[in-house]
Amino acid sequence: MIDGPADLSYLNILAAACLILANGLISLALQLKLERRLAIASLRTIMQLLAIGYVLAWFFRPQTPWFAVALLMLLMSLIAGVAAVRRVEWRYVGIWLNSIVAVLASSWLVTTVALTVVIPPAVWTNNIAQYAVPLMGMILGNTLTGISLGIDRLGEELAGKRDRVEMLLTLGATRWEAAREPVRQAVRTGMIPIINSMMVVGVVSLPGIMTGQLLSGADPLIAVKYQIVIMFLIAAGTALGTMTAVLLSYLRLFNRRHQFQHGKLSRR
Amino acid sequence: MTIALNSSDENDDRMSHPPILQADNLGRCAADAHWLIRNVSLSVCRGQQWAVTGPTGCGKTVLLRTLAMLDQFDEGQLLWNGAEISNEKVPSFRRSVVYLHQRPALVSGSVEDNLRLPFQLAQADGVSFDHDAVMQSLQQLGRDTAFLKKSSDDLSGGEAQIVALLRAMHVDPAILLLDEPTAALDANATQAVESLVSRWLNDSPTTRATLWVTHDTSQLQRVADQVLAMESISETEQGDD
Repeated sequence: MIDGPADLSYLNILAAACLILANGLISLALQLKLERRLAIASLRTIMQLLAIGYVLAWFFRPQTPWFAVALLMLLMSLIAGVAAVRRVEWRYVGIWLNSIVAVLASSWLVTTVALTVVIPPAVWTNNIAQYAVPLMGMILGNTLTGISLGIDRLGEELAGKRDRVEMLLTLGATRWEAAREPVRQAVRTGMIPIINSMMVVGVVSLPGIMTGQLLSGADPLIAVKYQIVIMFLIAAGTALGTMTAVLLSYLRLFNRRHQFQHGKLSRR
Repeated sequence: MTIALNSSDENDDRMSHPPILQADNLGRCAADAHWLIRNVSLSVCRGQQWAVTGPTGCGKTVLLRTLAMLDQFDEGQLLWNGAEISNEKVPSFRRSVVYLHQRPALVSGSVEDNLRLPFQLAQADGVSFDHDAVMQSLQQLGRDTAFLKKSSDDLSGGEAQIVALLRAMHVDPAILLLDEPTAALDANATQAVESLVSRWLNDSPTTRATLWVTHDTSQLQRVADQVLAMESISETEQGDD
């Protein structure tokens, strides 16, 4: 740290909110009907971030027990698992469980690796929450996007190309051979956002966490090192989560008799 | 409910062979517990040519899909050479009992890409695409090598069905399940499909069999020597457990 972060007053936040207000006025003038949604989104941003700020302030106290931190992370994972499905158009029985399992498996595994191998325990033993919670949050936010895109694409591919899938089965394909192309498309779709981000990071965009660190007065090189690690962790979490979710979905939709159970798939 | 009409003495002779595919009281239920087919029994022996007939909605397609194990059945049993088909044997079973849909499904690429497709699957087990055999079949249809290079997107409905049929035949199945393969075709294309199936059967009359779903009584006379007449399931049978 070069200096401690300068605090912002509520007046500063109000000034930033004026920019949103200006957008609301433009929406009214052009009859875009966005003003109500903008207002709700802005209010939610304030309420949610303030709430998490107070929650984090409590969790970041050195005396907070580790299991309380673990419980918070579990709650975050469950919410992410549910949120991932809410964005999916193509549904099937068991999708909620699959999504939660995929989120839990990927985010916990990657966070554990991050806190044992990448960031040495000596760094965070005195305050696990300060490291574990933000890391988990970053991984979850991206993983849930990958999972919802992946599951949705798989449903779309299987429904749209049912004739092709069944044609392969009629010619003696195994369930994996019949589903391989839709599965591949689904995983690739789930990975597109993070791969795009990795392609342009530092060139077109400065990620939020790095911007936050820089604004807080961190050394740019330290901020960059953290950002590289975070990008890799996010990519690993997203890949693992998307693959797990897509493969679990495949197993729900294709039974052991190599039958495509198209009746299980429905559009919301 | 189904009625099997076994018509000729020649067929009685063939029936003396053990059935290769046997369905006993097959039943398939929809998600809303409504029976799509029920109590369907059928024994297919090598050399037989079955026609499956019945009113729209009586479950002819459901039956063929169930016989190909594309869909699960909820009642009865299905035997292949006298034995139940285990999960791991399903792909190889489908290689022997190939289902052909009314709408031919082709992959993007050339006709040849489509004909090669079955030989790229694990079940091909080292058997490679026989270019000469395919050319011979195409010549019988009056087509040349240029047809092999044609894009699948440029094929007419009849041509696409012929490619799908050729692809199925070159897998060398014992039974072809033909689900109204000519329903959407004109007279010429229909004749080409019928001739192709007839030639395929005549190439090995004692080992091959067909089940052909058709609404056309004149076609029935041409393509079948056995008839499975299906009827819609009555309300009483729906509730009869």
